[in-house]
Amino acid sequence: MLNYIWGGMMLISIVFGAVSGNLQSVASEIMNGAKEGVNVALSLVGVMCLWSGIMEIASKSGFTKFFGYLLRPVTKILFPKLKADSEAMNAIVMNMTANMLGMSNAATPLGIKAVKELHKLNPGNVASDDICMFIVINTASIQLIPSTVLALRQSVNSANMFEIIFPVWIVSLAAITAGVIMCKGVRKGA
Amino acid sequence: MLNYLSVAIMPLIVFSIITYGLMKKVSIFDSFTKGAKDGLETTFRILPSLVALVTAVSMLRASGFIDFLCNLMTPFLDFIGFPKELVPLSLMRPISGSGALAVIDEILKTHGADTFIGRCASVMAGSTETTFYTLAVYLGSVGITNSRHTVRSALCADLTAMIVSVIIVKLIFY
Repeated sequence: MLNYIWGGMMLISIVFGAVSGNLQSVASEIMNGAKEGVNVALSLVGVMCLWSGIMEIASKSGFTKFFGYLLRPVTKILFPKLKADSEAMNAIVMNMTANMLGMSNAATPLGIKAVKELHKLNPGNVASDDICMFIVINTASIQLIPSTVLALRQSVNSANMFEIIFPVWIVSLAAITAGVIMCKGVRKGA
Repeated sequence: MLNYLSVAIMPLIVFSIITYGLMKKVSIFDSFTKGAKDGLETTFRILPSLVALVTAVSMLRASGFIDFLCNLMTPFLDFIGFPKELVPLSLMRPISGSGALAVIDEILKTHGADTFIGRCASVMAGSTETTFYTLAVYLGSVGITNSRHTVRSALCADLTAMIVSVIIVKLIFY
């Protein structure tokens, strides 16, 4: 999909630039954009290192397990049919913990494990209720600290880069609620 | 109060994790540097796609196409009270993580981080995920072809996040 999106963006900007007489700025952006891409990556390096480092401590010390324990009541509501001590539930809790703490590198393999475990309970090529629910929760973000956005805000010298954290929580909660309601409400084709 | 909570949460999490690590006698400095090395690798892994997408977004902006597209949608967006400057982010966010980064960077540089648009973009980006990537990875990992209501529900969550972002920023900051 990105092939077409990226290709389309490049081609449209050149054609549209030529038609609208902005070709000169487009030409200079070809060179500038590449430099800017590196700048964006560089502005993220520090925070990425710091946060990954802190999270490594969290997983080594068992902090993530402790955090997962706090999540259990929520997962019980979301996956009422799953046993609390099942492999699937365990992987789900670990995945949600990793997502909340912003450990996206750890979250994906844990998520795949969770989906595989859920799939064992209900094999075939049709998604079970629990798989749907799990994926929808993962497509909505539940990050406590949106570290990437914070780094970008810092790179443009925001006066208070942290002020968005609380609003982010409210919006995440609203989005998840909408996804969950949709998931629980319109189950069909099973 | 809300602002204080926002500022305090990051130090609080760092404090808890380090305290817990010391309590459990984990060699926290070694762990930190090992994790930081992973973070470094991740950043450099996304650098090539960032270069590709930031270039494309800058070119698209320079060609005037983004403004053209936004102006085209203005009547509809004004009607529902959604800022047109956020349209490119809303379109890119579910599709590509690096692409969304490129768009937010562009928005923050153009409008500033402490403006209405900058705040909305930050909140929107922080509260959403790369939906299509997530769908592809998880559905693909077990070979599910009939995902039933998954895609619809996921997109409903995204749409909610985008609309609520604007509402919440208006309520809290203005």
